Amino acid sequence: MTKGIRDKVAIVGMGCSQFGERWDTGSEELMMEAFQEALSDAGIDRSRIDAAWFGVSCDPINVGNSAVPLAVGLRLPNIPVTHVENMCATGTEALRGAAYAVASGAAEIALALGCEKLKDTGYGGLPVRTKGLFNDMWMPYGSAPGTFAQLAGAYAARHSIKMADLKQAMAHVSWKSHENGARNPKAHLRKPVSMDTILKAPMIAEPLGLFDCCGVSDGAAAAIVTTPEIARDLGKRDPVLIKSLQLSVSNGSEASYRDWDGSYVLNTRIASRRAYEEAGIRNPREEISLIEVHDCFSVTELVTMEDLGISPEGGATRDILDGFFDADGGLPCQIDGGLKCFGHPIGASGLRMAYEMYLQLQGRAGERQRKDVRLGLTHNLGGTPSSNVACVAIFGCGPA
Amino acid sequence: MADRIGITRFGAYIPQLRLRRTAMAAANAWANPGLKGSAKGERSMCGWDEDVVTMAVAAARDALQNYRRDRISACILASTSAPFADRLNAGLVAGALNLPDALQSFDVSGSLRAGTSGLMAALAMAAGQDNPVLFVAGERRSAKPASVAEMQNGDAAAAFLVGYNPAAALVASHTVTRDFVDHFRATGVKYDYGWEERWVRDEGYMKLVPAALDGLFRKTNVSRDKVARFILPTPLGGIAPALARKMGFAENSLAPALIENCGFSGAVHGLLMLVQALETAKPGDMIAVASFANGCDALLFEVTPEIEKVRPRRGVSGWLARGRPTDDYTRFLSFNGELNVDWGMRAEFGNKYALTVEYRTGRDNLAFLGGRDRQTGVVQFPKTPAAVGPGAEGFAHYEDVPLADVPARVVSFTADWLTYYPSPPFYFGLVQFENGARVLMEMVDVREGALSVGSDVEMVFRVKEIDSIRGYRHYFWKATPQDAKAEAAS
Repeated sequence: MTKGIRDKVAIVGMGCSQFGERWDTGSEELMMEAFQEALSDAGIDRSRIDAAWFGVSCDPINVGNSAVPLAVGLRLPNIPVTHVENMCATGTEALRGAAYAVASGAAEIALALGCEKLKDTGYGGLPVRTKGLFNDMWMPYGSAPGTFAQLAGAYAARHSIKMADLKQAMAHVSWKSHENGARNPKAHLRKPVSMDTILKAPMIAEPLGLFDCCGVSDGAAAAIVTTPEIARDLGKRDPVLIKSLQLSVSNGSEASYRDWDGSYVLNTRIASRRAYEEAGIRNPREEISLIEVHDCFSVTELVTMEDLGISPEGGATRDILDGFFDADGGLPCQIDGGLKCFGHPIGASGLRMAYEMYLQLQGRAGERQRKDVRLGLTHNLGGTPSSNVACVAIFGCGPA
Repeated sequence: MADRIGITRFGAYIPQLRLRRTAMAAANAWANPGLKGSAKGERSMCGWDEDVVTMAVAAARDALQNYRRDRISACILASTSAPFADRLNAGLVAGALNLPDALQSFDVSGSLRAGTSGLMAALAMAAGQDNPVLFVAGERRSAKPASVAEMQNGDAAAAFLVGYNPAAALVASHTVTRDFVDHFRATGVKYDYGWEERWVRDEGYMKLVPAALDGLFRKTNVSRDKVARFILPTPLGGIAPALARKMGFAENSLAPALIENCGFSGAVHGLLMLVQALETAKPGDMIAVASFANGCDALLFEVTPEIEKVRPRRGVSGWLARGRPTDDYTRFLSFNGELNVDWGMRAEFGNKYALTVEYRTGRDNLAFLGGRDRQTGVVQFPKTPAAVGPGAEGFAHYEDVPLADVPARVVSFTADWLTYYPSPPFYFGLVQFENGARVLMEMVDVREGALSVGSDVEMVFRVKEIDSIRGYRHYFWKATPQDAKAEAAS
């Protein structure tokens, strides 16, 4: 394995817009909202930014393609700006670009900003997109919940779990995130819901009901990264450091080769093992203080607990129902409400997860602050269970 | 016997959906209370993704089964309701069936006699050449809502392989051509316009059918009382028995009309009845077919001992048993473009197909050809430049592997209520083929509870998408539950 970027990159400023149905706000305003917060948090002038990475996933309904919309939106002084897109993992991908620039020495200070304006489609849920001219010839046009719903049946079959029991655990996942989201002023959905409401919700894609699906939102999030040395020069005595940042992308084997049984996300397993190695983590369940995972759907969060090696194989249901991932549990998950309730403006989501870890590691998370947060993990997944990109990042303060 | 030409294989297809006529009559009672009088049984009804081409492919597969496709020399499709007016429908069928490029092919249309006239042409073509001709016919005819025709019609297809060493040898054929217009449909018009049934019966059927049959029997020395089966396709009740009596055929020779359990399938109907007759025919049986439309075709077949070897996979009786009755009249209207359902904005997604890509990948897509990588031996679909199997290096080199008839099972699936689909919910999932190929596929004709992880599916050729702006349609393969229960019932 390569040496990686562990402890080579510090986050000195972060910002996150209010997520939600921002009817009166355009993409440029959302970018500015996140950027201003990040800049003042970092305590720098924008002229110090050497390079920027701009994450937008649905550019046809957002700002259009290329990096120009960010450069224009923030009036960046003709620095190199790169547009990245990697489905729902776009936000973490933007952070990865900025972090690599700093780690390589190509930039001293770099910006990662993700933004998505999804509430201009005219309907709920994610916009319908082409899969490319050739793929459209043969691939089915399932919805996002339709693709992830398939995890449930395959997981239940693999572990001989009754669908009703699985539904109960999935409902608990959503219930917990609603409890957490209610305590987050920037979250899109801030109303707790009962288990009964979740279980009786209208069906979206069997067995996923309405409350098994995350919110689709407008929002932006930004991170300013630099070297640990410059971070200290900027007055950050114990800066938040990137311990690992790993990405794994499907090569088509899950969808086209016989091995995979459909009950887990292969790339989450690969990316997390690499991330643990890069960060020097041997026992994630014990060593990690807090996790933010890609809970696009309740069942995704459920299988992710096993894919990350936190729950034993077939044991996620038990952990979830035991409250292990609740706010007061052994390893709180989605303390900010997650995609489920904080919301899911695609290009911003990976950075939003990092934002929560950044706040928690510095003791700045307000009402939802956890005690003794030492290592935080984010998991950002794009695509479908059979074809995806999975990002796993680990953040901490001070060299381990 | 060896030099006789005739039907060597035969098959049929009837869509699973069966609309109960009581539901049609009830929905339209306010406008046409008289419909109640003929509201008996059910009519077959295409799914939104079925048309003449897909049904013809299904019927041909029912007939051909494992017959070597590269032996077939021609493909002819007959229909009055084919999806394309100018794009060879028979060519689409040939592509889906993986027939060779060196193939004669054309569409036959023009009247409800297209089925029997096309079959006669196919028989004539097959004579004098070594390789057999595939003849298919399909109908999905439009009728005005609340019309009698809408209730009487049914959608279906039939297929015959014709050549030497037949299961049913052609004894003779005869045609009478008269511009007798019982109904007509001008080019570009959706519905038929028909004349009074009593006149159609008395001046049409009762005079032109005997003229054709008389001509037929003048060409043979077969005695009329030797006819074991008399086939006269018609939506009008009472005509067939009257003609059987008039012609001197035995009373029990009358073939089942297939109106009450299927509906009148236009140019296909006589062929559908013929397939059903052949399913139970015995060597030596004489089968007479008369097909009335702007005159009348008449054919006489003699069943041979070959019949024992070539039963269709399911045949008319098998497909009839696989019916899925429904009372969803508005679903029928929607499928046939008679009801503008509000599908929401997700339905606005653009779906213009690039004809360049269609052609570049068309052979594999139409015939569902996977590839076996010569280096690793792993089968996959689609054939990507780099093979998916472990250990594959560089550009892959594939050998074609048709997947349409390979046993397969469900890895994962869902019923998706969010995505736009003309017949919700949208079932789709990952399908594992026995030979190692694995494809994310749409699943159709799913009965409640028929799918589960690990359950068996088979492949069907269907419309994947209709581009209503440009009038184009794109086809691909879908998975459907094997449905062991329905299979056992048949």
